[in-house]
Amino acid sequence: MSVQSGTAPAANIELTRELKKPHRTLWGDAWVQFRRNRLAMFGLIILVLLVLGILLGPIFYRVDPEHIDITQSNLGLTAEHPFGTDDLGRDTLARNLYGGRISLAVGVVAMLIAIFFGTTIGLLSGFFPALDNPLMRFTDMMLALPQLPLLLVIIMLFRDVLRSAFGPEVGIFMLIVFVIGILGWMPTARVVRGSVLSVKKKEFVEAAVNIGVGQSAILRRHILPNVLSPIIVSATLSVASAILTESALSFLGLGFPPDVPTWGRLLFDGKDFLTFTPWVVIWPGLFISLTILSINFMGDGLRDALDPRMRG
Amino acid sequence: MGTYFVRRLLTAIPTLLAISFVIFAILDLAPGDPTGTLPPQIKMEVREQIRKALGLDEPFHVRYLLWLKQFFINEPLNIIEQVFNVQIGDSSNRLRVTSWSSRGKPVVDLIVERTPQTLWVVGFAYLLSVLIAIPLGVVGAVRQNSIFDQISTVMAVIGYSVPTFFTGLLAIVIFSVHLKWFPSVYNTTLKVTDWASFVAQIKQMIMPVAVLAFFQTAALSRYTRSSVLDNLKQDYVRTAYAKGFREHYVVIRHVLRNSLIPVVTLVALGIPQIFAGAIITEQIFRVNGLGSLLIIAIQSFDIPVVQTTTFIFAVLIVAFNLIADIVYGILDPRITYS
Repeated sequence: MSVQSGTAPAANIELTRELKKPHRTLWGDAWVQFRRNRLAMFGLIILVLLVLGILLGPIFYRVDPEHIDITQSNLGLTAEHPFGTDDLGRDTLARNLYGGRISLAVGVVAMLIAIFFGTTIGLLSGFFPALDNPLMRFTDMMLALPQLPLLLVIIMLFRDVLRSAFGPEVGIFMLIVFVIGILGWMPTARVVRGSVLSVKKKEFVEAAVNIGVGQSAILRRHILPNVLSPIIVSATLSVASAILTESALSFLGLGFPPDVPTWGRLLFDGKDFLTFTPWVVIWPGLFISLTILSINFMGDGLRDALDPRMRG
Repeated sequence: MGTYFVRRLLTAIPTLLAISFVIFAILDLAPGDPTGTLPPQIKMEVREQIRKALGLDEPFHVRYLLWLKQFFINEPLNIIEQVFNVQIGDSSNRLRVTSWSSRGKPVVDLIVERTPQTLWVVGFAYLLSVLIAIPLGVVGAVRQNSIFDQISTVMAVIGYSVPTFFTGLLAIVIFSVHLKWFPSVYNTTLKVTDWASFVAQIKQMIMPVAVLAFFQTAALSRYTRSSVLDNLKQDYVRTAYAKGFREHYVVIRHVLRNSLIPVVTLVALGIPQIFAGAIITEQIFRVNGLGSLLIIAIQSFDIPVVQTTTFIFAVLIVAFNLIADIVYGILDPRITYS
């Protein structure tokens, strides 16, 4: 360092001039790139609106989602019930807002579980050659399991045990989130392993090995930050797939109990009244679709934005 | 190629065994009792006898091995007997995997009963989606960023974002409830004998097929598009243009042949997925296929049926993985198996 600072004053002037420009970071560049993608921005805006509506909506819209009023049943759009009411006179908007919280919570927590296992297995498998083959065979086996049938079976079989142990809502939430996460980490593991294998051969890793950095430090300090972008993309997309899976389970009647109105459950309950009150089905369906759609648009945008090769 | 095929087949066997073990263990470890749904008047001793008759007093590994024997030896032998009308060994005393409900009917018979409905709807939808998705993907790639490409891209993302249980219900609301064009319930007892029943069959198939096909087309057309895009950048395409070939000739004769290789494998890999995905579509339109068999079995705690159907889904996945690998090897001579 001392040698460099002593030479070439002209270069120093260049450097100070350079510093006046705003500092460019990886995430800043990615954001610039992301903003250019119209569909991704559309997805982001829709998702932010949906999440804000679900989180803040119940503060302004104070209607009990469980309030039953038979005299107000099967109403269409009215001033009092903007989204109408169902066969028991419960307010559809309130139920959708409440259900959205659970659906989003399931999506996020299941994603965290899937990403935790996927990242761990991917990192270990990519970094330690001895673990690669057994872990990847295990991943292949997990991928060959029939997902939906197995989910249905596990939830059916363990539902009552967890319900009696943790209460009806928490027990089912834990079961659903855990099962979706545990059956959903495999794509992440594969992507992370692939990225680790390519990062591992880079010169800076070689340099770190040569100056005597320990294996766990290399993994944490040098490899993990460099495989973060595929993990982020994978996390985004797995929120969408977890929400979709939860609503599919609820739609088949094997998700949350009837008194917990998740979006899928609302669809399941409403499908028998399709002829009289189609809006009971259309609202939750629209919310699921919009959420998944915006997350998928965002995921595509993030993939392009975080890939330095795509930058123009 | 030959040795690769054999080795690949040999690795499929432990995979299947592991999967069968997982499925068996999950169902076995689960709390629950097949006599639990019986009327409460039945005495404890009788319940014990029922449990004994079902073989539930044996230890875990014995039951697993017996189930394996039934699934891999007894049932295939029965199928061979029925198909070729021959008798192998003492077939009348051979134990079969029987359903706990449905009056003790063999599970294989139940599955044979249910498969045609599933194959009609699911198979037809899949075929349709392949036929639509490939041209869509190719045109989208060749005319990249055109209006057509942009519309089909947006449609594709909508296609795989909107769940089939919503598009299905929406289709019912619009086409059955309001327009009254198609029936909302799939009638499986309908036999095609004359023109009128043929029209009725087509009418009741349109909605489930369209819903499934929309979802499948979306993913497949995206994949075809990116595969064609990859190939359009290759040197051999430039060479072909330099030699003076016209665009459609280059695309169809050169690019398409190369870019369809990964698409074909994806099509093969998707077949078992769509069987499982059809569970939802079958519930919406009340098709009594394999998916509804599984759902009913789960609800009535019919463990043999659940085990067998789940395992058959797993066998399909492993088998089509194998097929995809082999087809890839045949179609792409650049791949060498060492």
